[in-house]
Amino acid sequence: MNILTILFHFFIFPGFLFLVIFGMFLTFLDRKISARIQWRVGPPWYQPYLDFLKLLLKEVIVPINSSKFLFLFAPVLSFLSAVISGTMIYYFLLYPQRSFLGDIIVILYFLTLVPVGFILGASSSRNPLSGCGAQREMMLLIGYELPFIFALLISIVKAGGKIKLGEIIMAQNNLSFLYSWSGLISFLTLLFVFQAKLGYVPFDIAEAEQEIMAGTILEYSGVSLALFKLAKAILLLSLPALLIALLWPAKSIFSFIIKFFFIFLLIVLMKNTNPRLRIDQALKFFWFILGPFSILGVILVLSGL
Amino acid sequence: MSIKLKALKKSPWVFHVSAASCNNCDIEILAALTPRFDVERFGILLVGSPRHADALLVTGVINRKSLPRVLEVYNQTPKPCLVIAVGTCACDCHMFKDSYNVVGPYDKYFPVDVYIPGCPPRPEAIIAGVVKALSKL
Repeated sequence: MNILTILFHFFIFPGFLFLVIFGMFLTFLDRKISARIQWRVGPPWYQPYLDFLKLLLKEVIVPINSSKFLFLFAPVLSFLSAVISGTMIYYFLLYPQRSFLGDIIVILYFLTLVPVGFILGASSSRNPLSGCGAQREMMLLIGYELPFIFALLISIVKAGGKIKLGEIIMAQNNLSFLYSWSGLISFLTLLFVFQAKLGYVPFDIAEAEQEIMAGTILEYSGVSLALFKLAKAILLLSLPALLIALLWPAKSIFSFIIKFFFIFLLIVLMKNTNPRLRIDQALKFFWFILGPFSILGVILVLSGL
Repeated sequence: MSIKLKALKKSPWVFHVSAASCNNCDIEILAALTPRFDVERFGILLVGSPRHADALLVTGVINRKSLPRVLEVYNQTPKPCLVIAVGTCACDCHMFKDSYNVVGPYDKYFPVDVYIPGCPPRPEAIIAGVVKALSKL
């Protein structure tokens, strides 16, 4: 594999350009479906692209006394880690043979760096409401990481203890992991965890507009805000793909798209039919309901179900 | 129309500044953002922070207490931004113009792009005002 194909993979097809364009298109679909659920017409298809372009044209304001480097670096960190994790997920879906040992841990780390970027930016902006948002994001991160790791463990154990995404995909050639009790538990757990990772409604505590204005992204404007929005859009594109890779691999591109949109619809419907939880309710949900639930899944998978 | 101008015109995110209004205009603004009128068709979104805003919807009579706050919000909004005065109070102080603590309409302190009179203006009038402001660009 020469350097050009590596660059192509990183910048164009499963990488940067693909993720940005399709991620923004998914945010349009999300807004359109939400609008139809509320019996509205909704925005035109080019709306997210225009929003992005407009944010590029706006002035970037750095608050006085904030840590300037960290304030401007945090959106870049979030965006780049979202791009890297998204690229890895799509690349291993395309070429399962080329995955390396421990890549699933790398993906886990990069997915965790996205909210870390949000936390860093919010805490460096010296705004009390942003600080509150950062604190909530941190609590949420602590809450959902544990069930997330247990849910990943189910797939890893089922694939025979291999921490390679490609091996997990190839182990499901005959039967998907989803069609078993532990696979179902892992699927449900991951669905809730992804909702929290995306910051969507039952768990949008960190960005609660009605309580703390915009929370973590309150002080951001212009390009930095656009990068944060893009990071969220890329997560929206890559997280359902990760779920498909872990539990429900598709044989053809067509069935991949159907499975992808099924999971995407579940996420959007959950977003539109739920109220926001309080931070203590969210933590209780993740630690005392989803945590034991996913541990039950691990026990089941260890006993061979 | 260049793509830049189109981007600025087709995605105005509004921030709602309620400066000592009697809440009638605020209620009408919220009514304009409901699914019945569906302003998201034009890319209009209500945002929670002035840093994200492209247009400020200011309501109410400006007085000695609210003037520094409103100026603060105006200075915090990234430029280019529009200012839309909603309601007769915001346009010309209405019947409070001789009051001891009223310091005058908004256009004394910063440029106002659109005036939407009415006490309160109907949601249709607010949408028409925003459309006029955008077609002026």
